[in-house]
Amino acid sequence: MAKQYETVIGLEVHVELATKTKIFCGCSTEFGGAPNTHTCPVCTGMPGSLPVLNKQVVEYALAVGLATNCTITQYCKFDRKNYFYPDNPQNYQISQLYLPICRDGYVEIDTPEGTKKVGIHEIHMEEDAGKLIHDEWEDCSLVDFNRSGVPLIEIVSEPDMRSADEVIAYLDKLRLIIQYLGASDCKLQEGSMRADVNLSVREAGCEKFGTRTEMKNLNSFRAIARAIEGERNRQIELLEAGKPVIQETRRWDDGKEYSYAMRSKEDAQDYRYFPDPDLAPVYISDEWLESVRSRQPELRTEKMKRYKEEYDIPDYDIEIITGTKHMADIFEATVALGSQPKKVSNWLMVETLRLLKEKELDPEDIRFSPGNLAKLIGLTEQRVINSTVAKEVFEEMFDRDIDPERYVEEKGLKTVNDEGALKKTVEEVIAVNPQSVEDYRNGKEKAIGFLVGQTMKAMKGKADPASVNKLLKELL
Amino acid sequence: MNILDYTAVQLSEKIKQGEVKVAEAVEAVFEQIDKTEESLNCYVTLEKEKAFRQAAAIQEKIDRKELTGPLAGVPFAVKDNMCTKGTLTTCSSKILSNFVPTFSAEAVLRLEAAGAVIIGKTNMDEFAMGSTTETSYYGVTRNPKNPEHVPGGSSGGSAAAVAAKECFAALGSDTGGSIRQPASYCGVVGLKPTYGTVSRYGLIAYGSSLDQIGPLTKDVADCAAVLTAIASHDLKDSTSMEREDTDFTAALVADVKGMRIGIPRDYFGEGLDPQVKDAVLKAADVLKSQGALVEEFDLSLVEYAIPTYYTIAAAEASSNLERFDGVKYGYRAKGVEDLHPMYKRTRSEGFGPEVKRRIMLGSFVLSSGYYDAYYLKALKVKALIKRAFDDAFTKYDMILGPVAPTTAPKLGESLSDPIKMYLGDIYTISINLAGLPGISVPCGEDKNGLPIGLQLIGDSFQEKKLIRAAYTYEQCKEGK
Repeated sequence: MAKQYETVIGLEVHVELATKTKIFCGCSTEFGGAPNTHTCPVCTGMPGSLPVLNKQVVEYALAVGLATNCTITQYCKFDRKNYFYPDNPQNYQISQLYLPICRDGYVEIDTPEGTKKVGIHEIHMEEDAGKLIHDEWEDCSLVDFNRSGVPLIEIVSEPDMRSADEVIAYLDKLRLIIQYLGASDCKLQEGSMRADVNLSVREAGCEKFGTRTEMKNLNSFRAIARAIEGERNRQIELLEAGKPVIQETRRWDDGKEYSYAMRSKEDAQDYRYFPDPDLAPVYISDEWLESVRSRQPELRTEKMKRYKEEYDIPDYDIEIITGTKHMADIFEATVALGSQPKKVSNWLMVETLRLLKEKELDPEDIRFSPGNLAKLIGLTEQRVINSTVAKEVFEEMFDRDIDPERYVEEKGLKTVNDEGALKKTVEEVIAVNPQSVEDYRNGKEKAIGFLVGQTMKAMKGKADPASVNKLLKELL
Repeated sequence: MNILDYTAVQLSEKIKQGEVKVAEAVEAVFEQIDKTEESLNCYVTLEKEKAFRQAAAIQEKIDRKELTGPLAGVPFAVKDNMCTKGTLTTCSSKILSNFVPTFSAEAVLRLEAAGAVIIGKTNMDEFAMGSTTETSYYGVTRNPKNPEHVPGGSSGGSAAAVAAKECFAALGSDTGGSIRQPASYCGVVGLKPTYGTVSRYGLIAYGSSLDQIGPLTKDVADCAAVLTAIASHDLKDSTSMEREDTDFTAALVADVKGMRIGIPRDYFGEGLDPQVKDAVLKAADVLKSQGALVEEFDLSLVEYAIPTYYTIAAAEASSNLERFDGVKYGYRAKGVEDLHPMYKRTRSEGFGPEVKRRIMLGSFVLSSGYYDAYYLKALKVKALIKRAFDDAFTKYDMILGPVAPTTAPKLGESLSDPIKMYLGDIYTISINLAGLPGISVPCGEDKNGLPIGLQLIGDSFQEKKLIRAAYTYEQCKEGK
């Protein structure tokens, strides 16, 4: 019988923090500026420049640490990680090695076997590097330092995960926590959340860990899942063939579905870490820690519980709506404007999800305002527009966040409530559709549907289908 | 009286009284430079035109009574490791031989705001690594008292320029004695402030936890005025400290009655030139005669200061100097295709031997497997040295001793034996490790006419005590 193998996985997750300015200078962190426009002597490593810590970075790191059950290092320090590369203007990165801000935490994930704890070894603060652009045409490389000095936290897990599903669940949990805290938008594709996967395999039942590899360049959940599968198989094949797994860093190529060795442990660099003498140690007082703790927002688990108690909506809806902080915010704000929770939930669950899928967007990309959604719900409740028109208006709102009241007014989409006009149209429809009338009178209930449709068509959709139905029945 | 014979404060007074124009002072300095600079080589860069433009602007402000401080209108020199916007800043290194900063160091800005005219950038040991100003890419600076001898270092250009009257006062930087030792060798006053007193923003770092900018001046009154101008709490420097009462000129009082002065026996042992020893002890007697309570004591740990210093300073330097890689600014080796060969060639060609030696030493003590044994141990010894000083300051207001074991050596004598050169830092180095202030005041000459310096070391933030004692000594010493 073939041997059974267990996969052991630990993650290093980098998260770009949502501060307005960089970690050690006052430059903007805004994405997409012209190259080297968000720079200063500090983040370009000019001689004589000195770093000054952005306090907000510490607060975000503390918030994430508290939300992931970490012990806070109240006296923490920054260290220099020395290595030469042109995207790293000082040729050292300011990071934390010896005294990281958070340690020994965990998050809980749901697995088919029940709830499981994934340990967090540490969370540390550090600066991002610049971006190298290789100009093939001119045969040269250019550096953009806009990203240099953008604050990051690195969340290092314990080797507690055993499958791609657990990895995805863990990442999703982290993403939700951090998004709820407002500490980052955590977009894998845009690089504001990046994960390196440390993976080893061992024979089932074996106590000792196997030799691990580290995989980089994983830009989506799907790439992560595929890379885990690929690396697991590669390592098992090596072991089965009696070859050793080499401790090394590998780069995943998602297009080719294969990883390539980047560097082995033997030629791993000595980063010569030492405490950065330019930065004073960070002392986090009990008061400071308490004030961060007291400002912690409601996280997802608590929110789900509260929704269940406060709103009469299905569990599945709660699951989806609280699945992103942005959607939950829209839900709550719309309800706060007086709309019925069930109706708000319906708009989010049906039309919003449909349009997101159709347009290949993420819930974070939703642009319509709670105010406009509340107005639209009001228009349907008061039967100013019918549901078909409402969907049409919603689509406009989804794209351009139009004011539904003004839009309905301008486009003349109001339901016609003029009894006389409606009656006249219904009579005309009855007159030109004798066959359907006959069918209905002979007991074919369905025939009335056709007549309603014809009436709606004649009214250019601006009638209330229920009223039309009622009137038809009366007249027949 | 010749303009050049005024001290900085005296000159400013004459300018404010309308007796001397700022441009005349600048002119006088450049005339002196024309006479002596060729043989002394105090400067890497002179900014004559800029100086006259600045002089005119400052003259106007003085005439409008907008500038009334004690340094208004005074021509200054600045060590070439402090950034000056628009003016070449080389650290006396080939690797920065084309570097023009986009901003000025905070200390330079403070000096300019006080009405100083910056006339040029002074020569130094490359990246402040050296004790003689012989490791400069721009050639040696000679001692104005005797051109066969070195001016000391690393702020040798600044000390020599003040001594040769090629400026009225200068800024230097002190990581292990680089202000006090050249002040001693050239016969001028030099002060290294408490760590955190003067902003390091714009000072190109050598050993970040040890570097401090300070004045090199003709006398103690000038020293107090310059320190008052440059001391500041700067939010751009995380190690800058908020200090109250930074008017150091208030300490210019000739009175040391009841001041307790400790003389460490450890500073007067083997290796100390008897002539230096005599001069320093004679200076102690002067203070004693003025009412100071002087006694000997054992400081301890003195012999550990040098290895501790060279471990920590080199470690920090190895990291601080990594940014000089040919990518963004400075010298880049020609004719190299790939990245790593470019790094290697640029740094091999761009740095001199002493800098390379310290980069290698620093990289070694930080490397994995050696970090605990060297760097971490050095940090622990540093803390113990600080404690030894703390103990001493429970008993004494200040510590008195020599600045250097000898007077200025001859050119070429030191570089052949780097260890010997390092050992020359024994009396200055530990106060950088402990973050303390120290002042060097001229206290005589050896038989060859080379100046000797007296060092006074104070507890953190006690510059005023040092200035007061130094001023008293200056006023009461023989021949005054």
